[in-house]
Amino acid sequence: MNKYKLFALGLTLSILLAACGGGGPASDNVLNLYAWSEYVPQQLLDNFTEQTGIEVNYDTYSSNEELMAKLQAGASGYDVVIPSDYTVTIMINQGLLEPLDKTQISNFSNIFDTLTGLSYDPQNDYTVPWQWGTSCLVVDTGKVTRPITKWADLWDPEFEGKVVLLDDEREVLGMVLSVLGYDKNSTDPQQLEEAKQKLLELMPNVKLFDSDSPKTALLAGEVWLGQTWNGEAALAHMENPDIQYIIPEEGCTVWYDNLAIPKDAPHYNAAMQFINFVLDPQESILITYEFPYSNPNRAALELLQTEDPQAYDAYMNFPATNPSADDMSRLKMIQDVGDATALWDRIWTEVKGGE
Amino acid sequence: MSTDKPELKRKHSLAHILRENSAVQGIALISPTAIYMLIFIVLPMILVAVLSFMSRGTYGNVVYEFNFQNYVRLVDPLYFRILLYSLGVGLATMVFTIMIGYPLAYFIARSPARKRSFYLFLILLPFWTNFIIRIYAWIMILRTQGLLNTVLLDLGLIQDPLEILYTPTAVLIGMVYEFLPFMVLPLYTSLEKIENAQMEAAADLGARPWKVFLRVTLPLSVPGMIAGSILVFIPAMGMFVVPDLMGGAKTVLVGNVIRNQFLTSRDWPFGAAASMLLMILTLAFTLYYTRKAGFGEELLV
Repeated sequence: MNKYKLFALGLTLSILLAACGGGGPASDNVLNLYAWSEYVPQQLLDNFTEQTGIEVNYDTYSSNEELMAKLQAGASGYDVVIPSDYTVTIMINQGLLEPLDKTQISNFSNIFDTLTGLSYDPQNDYTVPWQWGTSCLVVDTGKVTRPITKWADLWDPEFEGKVVLLDDEREVLGMVLSVLGYDKNSTDPQQLEEAKQKLLELMPNVKLFDSDSPKTALLAGEVWLGQTWNGEAALAHMENPDIQYIIPEEGCTVWYDNLAIPKDAPHYNAAMQFINFVLDPQESILITYEFPYSNPNRAALELLQTEDPQAYDAYMNFPATNPSADDMSRLKMIQDVGDATALWDRIWTEVKGGE
Repeated sequence: MSTDKPELKRKHSLAHILRENSAVQGIALISPTAIYMLIFIVLPMILVAVLSFMSRGTYGNVVYEFNFQNYVRLVDPLYFRILLYSLGVGLATMVFTIMIGYPLAYFIARSPARKRSFYLFLILLPFWTNFIIRIYAWIMILRTQGLLNTVLLDLGLIQDPLEILYTPTAVLIGMVYEFLPFMVLPLYTSLEKIENAQMEAAADLGARPWKVFLRVTLPLSVPGMIAGSILVFIPAMGMFVVPDLMGGAKTVLVGNVIRNQFLTSRDWPFGAAASMLLMILTLAFTLYYTRKAGFGEELLV
C-alpha cells in the first residue's frame, strides 16, 4: 500500500511542478503561427526567436477555407494567421479577427502606399500585407512556338492534353467567365451556365488540375501551358528559362495575403511583435529569396537593390513577380460569392463528374 | 488508521465483485474500448448526423435550423451518376485485387510454414512508408519522361512514350497497388486454413488438379474473398487522393464531393448529409454481405 501512496504522491507532485514550471513563464515566450505551407522561411522564424526569445510553432494549411474552418470552430490557440483578401472580408464579418494595435507596428510605413488600405480592410485595422501575387497564364515557349497572349488560346485544338489548370473552382470558372467577357465573380446563373459549357469544351485539352504544384507537370514536360500561381511560375522559370508568365488580355486574378491575429489569440503581444518583425526589410528579403511571390515591402526591395542587384533585376524584370502597370490594370480580386457558392460548386462538380 | 478501514473494506468488496460477477467483469474489460469508441466515434457521428439537418449561412457558417433540404439536394441525377461512377471504381479495384491477390495469397498459404511469415512481412513492408510518398513514387514511374517510359524506349519496345499518368488507367494502377494487401491478407487466412488432407481426398477420388481447385479450394476461400472485397471496396469508393494525384483531378468521386463541401464550398451541413448517406449505404452493403456469408473471422485480420 505504501509503495502505491508514494508513487501517487510523486506523480501528483511532478504534475504540479510541470504545470507551474512549464506553463507559467513559457506561455509568454511562444507564438503559434498558422500559415500556408511552403510560405514562411525557417530562417525568418529562427531570427525572430533569436531576437525576442519567443519560440514559434508553425502549423500549415493549404486553403483559406481550411483556415476558416479551424477558426470558426473556436479557440484555435493560434496567434498569427495569413488569410487572403476575400477571406479577410468574411473573417471580419464573422468577428474572427482581433484589431491590431497600430502603435506597435512602426515598420508599417515600409509597405508600398498602393498596397495599404485595400478594399477588404480599408483602414488596415485588422491586417498587414504579407505577400501578394497573381494566378495567370504560364507557357513553356520551348514547346509552344506560336505566341500566346490570351486565355482563349488554351481552347486551341493543337493543345489537346497539354494544359494544366489550378484545381480551384473560383480560379478556373472565374477564368472562363472572363474569357466570355463576364465578371469573374458572377452570381448570375445564366452566365455560370454559359461558363460551364465553355469549360466543357476545354476539357479535352486539360491534362490535369493541380493547385499544389502546377509547375511539376510543366517542368516534367507533361503539359505545355496553363494556369499557375506567380511564385510557382517564378520558381519554374529559374529552372527552365523557356517557361514564361503572361498576364493575358482577358486579365487574371490578383490576391493579397495578410498577417492577422485571430480573435482571443493567447499571445497577442508576441503576435504584434512578430508582425512588426516581418515588416523589417532585412527579414522581408528572406521571404522573396525563398518564396518568390510579389513583396509588398518597398523598403525591402530597395534593400535588395543595393545588396543583391542581380536578384533585384531578376525580380523586377519578370512579370510573375513584378507585373507592369498596364498588366496591373487587368488584374482583379476574387470576391466571396455568398449564397451563390452552392451554384458554383454544383457547376464545378458537373464539369468534373457529369459525363 | 481507523479512517482507512471503511475504504479498505469498500475496495475489498469491489475486488470481490470483480472476481465473482462475470457480467461486471465483462463491462470492466470492455470499458476502455467502449469509452474510447463513445468519445471518438459515436459522439462525432452524432455531431455529423445533427449537422446534416442544418443549413449553410451566407458566409459559410452553420445556421441551426432543422430542415431536410440537404437530403433533398442529394436526390439528384448528378450525385447518382457520381455514386455509380464511384461504385464502378470500387468494383474495378476489387476485381483486379482479387485477380492479382489470389495467386499471391495461394502461393504464400502453400509455402513452407517458416517462410510464410517472411512473405507476409514483405506484403506489409510498404506500409512503413507514407501512402502519399508511395503515390508520388508512382507518378515518377508513370510520367511521360518517367522510369517506365525511359526503360521501354531504351529497350526499343515502344517508339513513342506511353501516356499513362493522368488517365483512368493510372488511377486503377494506384488503387490496386494501395489496396492489394487488404485483399491478400484475408484471402491468405482462408486459404491457409484449408487442410492438405481435403485436397488429397479430392485427388484420391479422381479429381484433376483444376477440378480440385474449382470444387474444393475456391469454395473454401470464398469467406476470405468476401472479407477482402469489403475491406477493399468500401475505402476504394471513398478514396479521392489517388484520383486527384494520379488521375489529374479530372473526375469527381463521392469522396471528392464530401471533401469539397468542407474545404471549398464551406457547406458543412451538405457535406455532413452526403457522408451520412454514404455511411448508410456502406453499412447496408456490409450487413447484407456478412449476413449472407455468415463469417467474421477473416474481417479481423
